[in-house]
Amino acid sequence: MADNEAPVAVDMRGITKRFPGVLANDQVDFAVRQGEIHALLGENGAGKSTLMSALCGLYQPDEGAIYLVSKRDQTLRPARISSPRDAIERGIGMVHQHFKLVRSQTVAENIILGLDGTPFRLSMRAVERRIADLAKQYHLPVDPRAYIWQLSVGEQQRVEILKVLYRGAEILILDEPTAVLTPQEADELGQTMRQMASEGKAIVFISHKLDEVMSFADRVTVLRDGTDVATVSVAETSKAELARLMVGREVLFRVEKDAAQTGAPVLDMNAVTANNDKGLPALHGISLDVRSGEIVGVAGVAGNGQRELAEVVTGLRPATGGRIKVADRDLTNRSPLTYIEAGVAHIPGDRLGMGLAGNLPVSDNLIMKAYRREPLAAGPFLADNAVVRFARRVVEAFNVQTPSVQTPARNLSGGNQQKAILGREIMSGKRITGDVPALMVAVYPTRGLDVGAIEAVREALLKQRQEGAAILLISEDLDELQAMSDRIAVIHSGEIMGIVAPDEVDVEQLGLMMAGERSE
Amino acid sequence: MLPYTLKFEKRLQPSRRAKFLVPILSIVLALVAGAVLLALAGANPWETYRAMLAGAFGTPGEWQEGQFYAVSETLVKAVPLILTGLSVAIAFRMLFWNIGAEGQLVMGGIAAAAVGLWVPDLLPFFPQQGWFYIPLMMLAAILAGAIWGLVPALLKAYLGVNEIITTLMFNYIAILYYQFLFTTAWKDPAGFGFPGSAQVPDYTWLPRISGRLHWGLFVALGAALVVWLVMGKMRWGYEIRLIGENADAARYAGVSIIRNIVLVMLLSGGLAALAGYVEVAAISHRLQHGLAVGYGFTGIIVAWLARLNPWGVVLVGVLLAALLVGGDQIQISMGLPASVGLVLQGAILLFVLGGSVFNSYRLRLVRRQPAVPAAPSTQEA
Repeated sequence: MADNEAPVAVDMRGITKRFPGVLANDQVDFAVRQGEIHALLGENGAGKSTLMSALCGLYQPDEGAIYLVSKRDQTLRPARISSPRDAIERGIGMVHQHFKLVRSQTVAENIILGLDGTPFRLSMRAVERRIADLAKQYHLPVDPRAYIWQLSVGEQQRVEILKVLYRGAEILILDEPTAVLTPQEADELGQTMRQMASEGKAIVFISHKLDEVMSFADRVTVLRDGTDVATVSVAETSKAELARLMVGREVLFRVEKDAAQTGAPVLDMNAVTANNDKGLPALHGISLDVRSGEIVGVAGVAGNGQRELAEVVTGLRPATGGRIKVADRDLTNRSPLTYIEAGVAHIPGDRLGMGLAGNLPVSDNLIMKAYRREPLAAGPFLADNAVVRFARRVVEAFNVQTPSVQTPARNLSGGNQQKAILGREIMSGKRITGDVPALMVAVYPTRGLDVGAIEAVREALLKQRQEGAAILLISEDLDELQAMSDRIAVIHSGEIMGIVAPDEVDVEQLGLMMAGERSE
Repeated sequence: MLPYTLKFEKRLQPSRRAKFLVPILSIVLALVAGAVLLALAGANPWETYRAMLAGAFGTPGEWQEGQFYAVSETLVKAVPLILTGLSVAIAFRMLFWNIGAEGQLVMGGIAAAAVGLWVPDLLPFFPQQGWFYIPLMMLAAILAGAIWGLVPALLKAYLGVNEIITTLMFNYIAILYYQFLFTTAWKDPAGFGFPGSAQVPDYTWLPRISGRLHWGLFVALGAALVVWLVMGKMRWGYEIRLIGENADAARYAGVSIIRNIVLVMLLSGGLAALAGYVEVAAISHRLQHGLAVGYGFTGIIVAWLARLNPWGVVLVGVLLAALLVGGDQIQISMGLPASVGLVLQGAILLFVLGGSVFNSYRLRLVRRQPAVPAAPSTQEA
């Protein structure tokens, strides 16, 4: 635990930042002590990233001031941080959610990239040695000579942290660092943060995951709608209180669901194999079925074939072997369109990468699955009025917050983008099969969402189940899988390690299976 | 310090007003910049612009006498620019970088000439009349251009070959082949040694409206209408937009990328080929020097300036044609180099593309905030 009397490292006072139409930060006070891990908690759009962007020089606050501790006499002085370079010089470093690394360069090259005072004749050996030392000191194992493209996501994040440490940062900001990590990697990161804090560094840990905040942080500041609601010590609070502070109302962590009314198998996979993007086998003989009215969860550490699994059962990836049946029709290696017409809905794991065309208006994004059918289609033409009507109906039914259906989809918050995708998949299903989607493939449907949006997405999925859809739910969140699923299939290295009932298994057993142990 | 400061901020909604105002202001600014350049070169910018305007569109005096020579010349040049601009615009909308409009244009011209030169002799039972031969030539040209566009499309769709390279290279194949044809293979034996094929029979000619202005104008406008319908109203256009914005999302939506690459390039090649067709069927009436003069490449500028909007292509096509014709005129009337027109063309491109940032951003005047408050205590409560 950090010393309560420890001096303040950075003090942000009355920070206000306006964007056109939005008040992102409204008179926010935020102070971090030296040697503490300070969580910044809030829903998407609460203003966490904006506040930290002001601290690391990406934005200038419209009002308010930032005080930084002076190394000489430990007093706070007002600081004008006008650029990221300014921030680095003042010892502030940020690890962004989306890594800013050059894939074709080595770890060491990335770390010294853009660094001031690099000598004309550069000794890479010395640089690599120093990186290796830092890596050892902070338990961030990574080979300085490895190329970025060779590294896993977790390793790339270590490089980002090393980059900040190499620049001598005393104040480290980590923006949702665990979003891309496995539970084990997240724990390791927690230890690294603890180590850094114990050396007197101030750590700001941006998150919207309550569990992590409770286990990693010393203190937590909760932001809601751009204002700071409270700053509390983790020891003196609870998950429920934080959740209430975050969303402004009581949140239920239990998922209420009725007993499954399972029917005939909708998805029937038999010994399906498929390759990954590099052409290497990623799925090794997957046999799995999902019945109507049930949710089959797929648990696994990211990168064990989940993406390939989702793509192969939606026709986006060819199967190299085996057979895929949807509602008793053999659809192996048929086109994505065939799957859509067979009533397969798909919530992709990558919202803006696949689920939406960010530059196109919300309305164009909402008709992606249904535009071939009347009344959206009028012969070879699109019926503009029907398109707008349909889009408005989806927006209303799924409570998508958007200024209008003409707004580009990328301007929506992550939660609203996800609700739009969900709404499209469900309402297009109605349109195409005259019923709920026969099969819903949901990949990380709540990843990166705030509590309110998570609830909305889970409720919608359960409603689909109730109405008879077969749902394949791929998730990294074990709590979610246990709460939502009727059966859980654990995937490891492209193989199903076993299929278990959620109430007969605990997290440890799932963890062992995720690590490659078969269930008896 | 001033009490106000300018802020550059993102627009949340695309602004309708900016969509029209920005290009107009950009063009005005480009003309101002051009005026500075003209003044530096020792010419009177005002006089030069007036001479160019008169050269491109004529003078009120000429119009009263029923003289529309200048306008008709401008429109003659605008027709192929509009057609190649449309060709490029539809491919670019899908992010298929068709740099090959020039080659597709040339192939269209060759096919049109071939029909006129050889079909009447080979198939004499065909009616030797315009109602038959004009559509036939047009169809042959479209087909030739479409096939010329199809090859890079297939290479891209099935093998992932970079279309920028293939379409660019296909230009040179087409141009050299065409030069070989009119200087050697199809050279008119009765042509007194001049390079060029024989004339196509006059019943195959595309009729003229006034001066050299021909029915190609309606072909161009009709093509713009077709492209507008496809892009703005049809489901196919929605698929093209989707692929252009996010190919993965398009695939996810069940859109076949391969099929669309092929179809779009057939249309794009066909449109560019129509430009070659009108040049042969309405202007030169034979295959000769002057078909591959860069309309295909200028078409890229036209499409880009028009922000890939088909009616914008029509407007920009006329504008750039006016610059070309006006530039030619000041060479005669003012003794200035015709390249002044090209300089202005470059300036407009620069300003319009640079100005397009204001479609997604805006400048706002904001009041400065009062200075930082007094120093705080060092410790929290």
